[in-house]
Amino acid sequence: MSEPLARGRLKIYLGYAAGVGKTYQMLEEAQEAKREGRDVVIGYFEPHARKDTIAKTEGLETIPRRVVEYRGTRFEEMDTAAILRRHPQLCVVDEFPHTNVPGSERDKRWQDVLALLDDGIDVMTTMNIQHIESLNDQVYQISGVRVRETIPDWILGEADEVVMVDLTPRALLNRLERGVVYSHDKAKQALQNFFKESTLGALRELALRQTAHEVDSRQPEDESPATAEPVTHDRILVLITGDPASTALIRRGRRMADYLHAECYAVCVLKRGEFERLPGEQRAAIEKHLSFARELHIETRRLEGENVAQTAVEFARTHQVTQIFLARTQKRSALGSLSRSLVHQIVRLAGDMQVTLVADRKFTKQD
Amino acid sequence: MGVRTDSRRDPEALLRQAQAEEEYERRGRLKVFLGYTSGVGKSFRMFDEGRRRRERGQDVVVGAVQAKGGEDVQQLLSRLEVIPLLDCRGTGVMDVERILTRHPGVCLVDGLAYDNPPGCANPRRWQDVERLLDRGISVITTINLQYIEEYVDRVEKITGKRTRQQVPVSFLQRADEIVVVDAPPDLALNAGSSGSMTQQQLSDMRELALLLAADVVDRQLSSCLDRRGIAASWGAQERVLVCLTPRANASAMIESGRRNAERFHGELFAVYVTQPETAPEDQQALERNLEIARQAGAKVEILEGVDPAEAILEFAGAHGITQIFIGHSRRSGWWTRLAGTPVDRLLDRAENMDVRVFPQ
Repeated sequence: MSEPLARGRLKIYLGYAAGVGKTYQMLEEAQEAKREGRDVVIGYFEPHARKDTIAKTEGLETIPRRVVEYRGTRFEEMDTAAILRRHPQLCVVDEFPHTNVPGSERDKRWQDVLALLDDGIDVMTTMNIQHIESLNDQVYQISGVRVRETIPDWILGEADEVVMVDLTPRALLNRLERGVVYSHDKAKQALQNFFKESTLGALRELALRQTAHEVDSRQPEDESPATAEPVTHDRILVLITGDPASTALIRRGRRMADYLHAECYAVCVLKRGEFERLPGEQRAAIEKHLSFARELHIETRRLEGENVAQTAVEFARTHQVTQIFLARTQKRSALGSLSRSLVHQIVRLAGDMQVTLVADRKFTKQD
Repeated sequence: MGVRTDSRRDPEALLRQAQAEEEYERRGRLKVFLGYTSGVGKSFRMFDEGRRRRERGQDVVVGAVQAKGGEDVQQLLSRLEVIPLLDCRGTGVMDVERILTRHPGVCLVDGLAYDNPPGCANPRRWQDVERLLDRGISVITTINLQYIEEYVDRVEKITGKRTRQQVPVSFLQRADEIVVVDAPPDLALNAGSSGSMTQQQLSDMRELALLLAADVVDRQLSSCLDRRGIAASWGAQERVLVCLTPRANASAMIESGRRNAERFHGELFAVYVTQPETAPEDQQALERNLEIARQAGAKVEILEGVDPAEAILEFAGAHGITQIFIGHSRRSGWWTRLAGTPVDRLLDRAENMDVRVFPQ
């Protein structure tokens, strides 16, 4: 079907927890594709000792994993080079957000998947809602878990199709208790943490809303006059510092920009020569935040000026920014964070721009 | 957001809660498979669950089957006990009496939205299901988005069609579990039964079904937390609170809030905290602003409180607000005065909420 140079199609099976049946559904559709005569291989599959799921791989060709040695331990990774050589029409890749062992050709599995797509191979893959970068703080607020393996939001945008694999929390908890998802010891532990019914419910709601958003954003813009609204071009400016709160600020700005169809910039403003005078760790923190923003496809700048507030607002004005995002000021101004008076100055200078003070999302344990 | 136990529990409330729990234990459980069109595989999922439950030892019967079941559905049905529909002047009606006499643990009802012909005990099938639930029989059922009463207008906008058979959304909201059967439109198109809809229409329907399920989940979540006396907000749904004053640039704030809520499929609220000695012209300006908010579809409330910041935060906490919009005046506003103003306190204490400051 596909032209030799056409990019492969990406389909993501999105769930809200381990055990909802993402891999099972993906394999079922891979089997269906094979029955229809397509050339299907399994590029990576994580069996988790789940009988029903393993049974679904029967009859599908599996590309053997690549064994990598790292600090004396053997790791098994997807053999992307072998898949590219084998060049199937469709490749099944479990656990999209996986981080490859150091020394691999690419850092992340999603980068391997992009390489397959670029080579014209269709890919099916699985992931959970908690791995979406811009939701990291909300997921922490819900579950108390800081997810480390994340996928930048724009990768989801690359997918031709995102399908929600739904299962009610109660059914999932039943599965856990029956030992379908994890072994019994691990299940007990899981039940105490991530797998509280209310936590699962909240994650499920996030996944449903995200899938609805993915469906929506793949629709051509509605042009019927009845629903057409005046086009407003929002532009968001995120003001980052060396303060760790900057990461949450960047994620929130990214998410807001995506939903409002807005452009997004991130700038760090310092007094002239100040950057060079900062302690090394502060400089590194600023660089880290700027590069984090770039990974999320946000245009970044490092600006210098006599008056920090004025420089920031001037940049905003020349770039027709409509909203400025700042991190909430700490009570005792932490080193590197914006001082309260600076926030006041920005609000005063912002004129007709809106200024949003983004909260730090906190987790409150519920018993 | 703080988690706090409800301090207002009085004995009567506790009694009501105990009665509600007893009632809950007595009734059957309701599980709904929701689809956005036919052909996405709802019936298969339901009957497959029936088969699995039966294998695990539950007493399962089939109370209603739809005529156009595929081969895979037929195969599942052959392994289940089916109570045939009654023929009532050419229309199939669920045999409620026979199901009640048989009294299974679980009854599978394919197609919740059917109307019964005149002369039946209940005009609608969902009312028959209600009866089964009331008699302690659990029900698993399937429904398509277009049959949900409160969504009929929105569905008509997408497809140009209105269905006569309707089930109130409140019935779905009372379900113990709702599962959305999601599939990309091309699969539904392949299944053939959605042939009259375009890809675009199917996508619109799909989005609507996902959002409906998200709303039901949100509701279940908050009622589950309420039952346990926990007030928590997790921000899974964006909720914007616009704080109005007589001098606020209300139209800009409301418009921005409306767009925000719409894009996130969230909710919009507007509040005003009553102030002593409001001048008549301020009162008029305020009324105008509140009207703008109502027109934009915001839920509007007037709050009382000595400390406006406190009143706003309490409201925001109780309603799971994720963004607070406030205005500031450059002339005599709070920013020029230093700490201690209500808005400053708001900024200090609004945990897990963004605060957006609007020029006015």
